[in-house]
Amino acid sequence: MKEQFVGKAAEFKDGDRRIVFAGEVEIGLFKDNGQFYAYSNTCLHQFGPACEGLIIAKVDEPLNADKTSRGMQFSETELHFVCPWHGYEYDLRTGECVADRRMRLRKYDVVQKGDELYVLA
Amino acid sequence: MDLVSDRGRRITVDELNTTQLLSHARKEANKRKLDDVLIVDVDAHHYENEHMQEILPFMPNDVQRQLAMASTARRGPGGSLVPGQVGYQDMGGRVTRYPLRGSEKTGEGKIRDVQLGHRWMDAMSVDYSCLFPTGMLAIGLHPQKEMEVELTWAYNRWLTEKVLPDSDGRFYSMLNLPFQDPDACLRMVEEFGHRKGVTGFMVTTVRHLGVHDNAYMKTYRAIEERGLSLAFHSGVNWGETVFRGLNRFISVHALGFSFYNILHCTNWVINGMGERFPKMPVMWIEAGLAWVPFLMQRLDHEYMLRSSECPLLKKKPSDYMRDMYYSSQPMEVQDMGALETTFRMINAETQLLWSSDYPHWDFDLPTVIWDLPFVSEKAKHNILGGTAARLFKLPPRNEKQKANLAKFGNVAA
Repeated sequence: MKEQFVGKAAEFKDGDRRIVFAGEVEIGLFKDNGQFYAYSNTCLHQFGPACEGLIIAKVDEPLNADKTSRGMQFSETELHFVCPWHGYEYDLRTGECVADRRMRLRKYDVVQKGDELYVLA
Repeated sequence: MDLVSDRGRRITVDELNTTQLLSHARKEANKRKLDDVLIVDVDAHHYENEHMQEILPFMPNDVQRQLAMASTARRGPGGSLVPGQVGYQDMGGRVTRYPLRGSEKTGEGKIRDVQLGHRWMDAMSVDYSCLFPTGMLAIGLHPQKEMEVELTWAYNRWLTEKVLPDSDGRFYSMLNLPFQDPDACLRMVEEFGHRKGVTGFMVTTVRHLGVHDNAYMKTYRAIEERGLSLAFHSGVNWGETVFRGLNRFISVHALGFSFYNILHCTNWVINGMGERFPKMPVMWIEAGLAWVPFLMQRLDHEYMLRSSECPLLKKKPSDYMRDMYYSSQPMEVQDMGALETTFRMINAETQLLWSSDYPHWDFDLPTVIWDLPFVSEKAKHNILGGTAARLFKLPPRNEKQKANLAKFGNVAA
């Protein structure tokens, strides 16, 4: 594993994202709630730039006790990022494809040394 | 510009650049050396509604033209000329090329849609694309027959006189027929059938008219006599009576494209059109493939019981369906076994034609065919472009493509 320099940790605000190149490998780095997450930027569907699209909350459809739907609403807790080519949606905290959680993007470790951020690729 | 996410979150994006957006497609094409393979996209699109000011002056009737141009000037691109569709193709902005499309810069010289087309074709290693409109796929819902004729006539003139000649020979088309007016369909074939880049004609299938009606036989005969092809291009229509009970776009989209092709293909087969026009290549576009085995099974089953209702047929409905061609996109790949069976049932090696449908939201790359584990090398070359090269007489663009076409028997006569 090689440490690939990403940038200064202080440069990242919550909700920021950056694409990091480690040779031929493209990695998407996200910051959410103070945590860093890094995934392969190649969509599991047709190789699209999975990490470069919209970041958007999961859509929920809560049911009432009688099984009637309360309609669709955005989740307050789960955030997704979406491949801009076709809309494949991934859980930002796990890299799982939300339509089939058996599939997940390759995850990369993020290391902070002082104020410097690295991904292990 | 800003892309609006949930709860007002905004993501700033400078501009769309198709080459950059599709850079991974180029990388995958390079890995597979796809530039050595002649690739024909039999179904690609552009947004003609953004060019109505250029198209409408080609409308032949003075009064209809003035009506249309006044409407467009007042309401902006497209105005209210073509029946609109309720839908969310962009998935709330998740498919970013929709909201960002207007931000993409093009240079002087070539027509904007040609420049954009060449960008995505180069990224995917596509040599030729069959260019179809977007909004006008719903022209069959137009309440005015004469306006359908006027608009398709104007679009076909603009396409063949401005767009195709500007594309360095890389775009061709199958021209939209004003199907509500059978006489106008024939005039369209007579006027446009010989034009450069026209390989055939296309019926948009979001409509209810019977494709077997006697009124259309002269048009089909004219197409066949000219050695051209006929395509049926499917679409979506949430206003369709049977779909009004569906509450999500995913449902309407999944069923709609298949539904209209099933409807018209059934009439085509049961009424013996394959017997009447055996030399005319017929192609079914943009409904994926899963509907084809279903319809083959269903029609064959009924035919064995009720052959008296289809006296023109000399073989089973599925045999006629195997004589026709199918565009691949959106290819359903979730059950590889079912897909392999589908390939067998349609004789994919000779009857399947790859298509991207780009820039629409559910486009496919050539890799969807190239990477299939159960398809022979010959079949891959045929499906990606060899069969289309033969059908539409498209020449190779480099020596390796030429050698591959020759190797698999796909050199155009």
